[in-house]
Amino acid sequence: MAATYQIAVIGDWESVMGFRALGLDTYPVTSVEEAKEKVRELAKTDCAVIYLTEQLAKDMGDVLSRYKDELRPAIILIPGREGSLGIGRDNIQSAIERAVGADIL
Amino acid sequence: MANITVSPTRMELTRLKGKLRTAQRGHKLLKDKRDELMKQFLDTVREVRALRAEVEEDLMTVHKSFTVASALMSSEALEQALLYPKQSVELTMSFKNIMSVNVPVYDFQTKTKSDSDIYPYGFAATSGELDTAVDALGKVFQKMLKLAEIEKSAQLMAEEIEKTRRRVNALEYVMIPNTQESIRYITMKLDENDRATTTRLMKVKDMILKQALEEKREQTAEAIQAFSSSAETSEKA
Repeated sequence: MAATYQIAVIGDWESVMGFRALGLDTYPVTSVEEAKEKVRELAKTDCAVIYLTEQLAKDMGDVLSRYKDELRPAIILIPGREGSLGIGRDNIQSAIERAVGADIL
Repeated sequence: MANITVSPTRMELTRLKGKLRTAQRGHKLLKDKRDELMKQFLDTVREVRALRAEVEEDLMTVHKSFTVASALMSSEALEQALLYPKQSVELTMSFKNIMSVNVPVYDFQTKTKSDSDIYPYGFAATSGELDTAVDALGKVFQKMLKLAEIEKSAQLMAEEIEKTRRRVNALEYVMIPNTQESIRYITMKLDENDRATTTRLMKVKDMILKQALEEKREQTAEAIQAFSSSAETSEKA
């Protein structure tokens, strides 16, 4: 079952450049459309984890929900350079609401 | 309301009773599954929240150091420094089964063995801040991977819980009451048939008895008549 996969980072250049030093695949993008395209493309390849900046993610709801229930890729939101927008936290909240039917935490 | 179109036969009743038993057992099992999943899910979610807060904070620090680094260096130099990575990461993914939900477990190997050996550039042309930033990012990365793992697990579990919850509710509020209603309907119908048969039999018996009684009476009357007329003739004689 264990195969090797890639880890991708998508975001604006300033936010992702550091990850390149760690050996992750970085994909600097400038527009939401480009980011969406990239996510779709990566989902088809052997990419297991995609880190996506919240600045882009806030306009990519359709693509995110498409991959939410798939085992691969896991799209994880990270704060970009401009700071956290709290979308990642809201997503956890909505997952709880989805499971429990009410916000209990 | 229940489906009243069922045919009230004993065979249908047996079938429905079997269905009800299965439904009740399934309901219990699914309920247990839901409860256990929920427990695991809440644990995971708590972990995710804590870790996410931590990662976000750490990442902001990292971004800050990168900003400082890019302020001290020209963007071309910075880009050049980070252009070709020395380090490479390979991710292996295996699965763990939590209550029939497959959740991913990530494990990563880095190409270079030592943590201090990750800088893809010579130190001459770059500022020290960049080293700090890259170093800090390397530390955050471990947490980020863990976050990816548990956050994905939480998402997948949320989906499964939702499904299970719906199934439990469908069984509890639709399937089981409907079947019970149908069973009651059939039982009542069969009982009613039974009673109808009994009354009919009683009625028939009554009628037969009455008829027999009538015949008997007629016979007796005839016998009496015959007796009295024969008495008359003997008197005359």
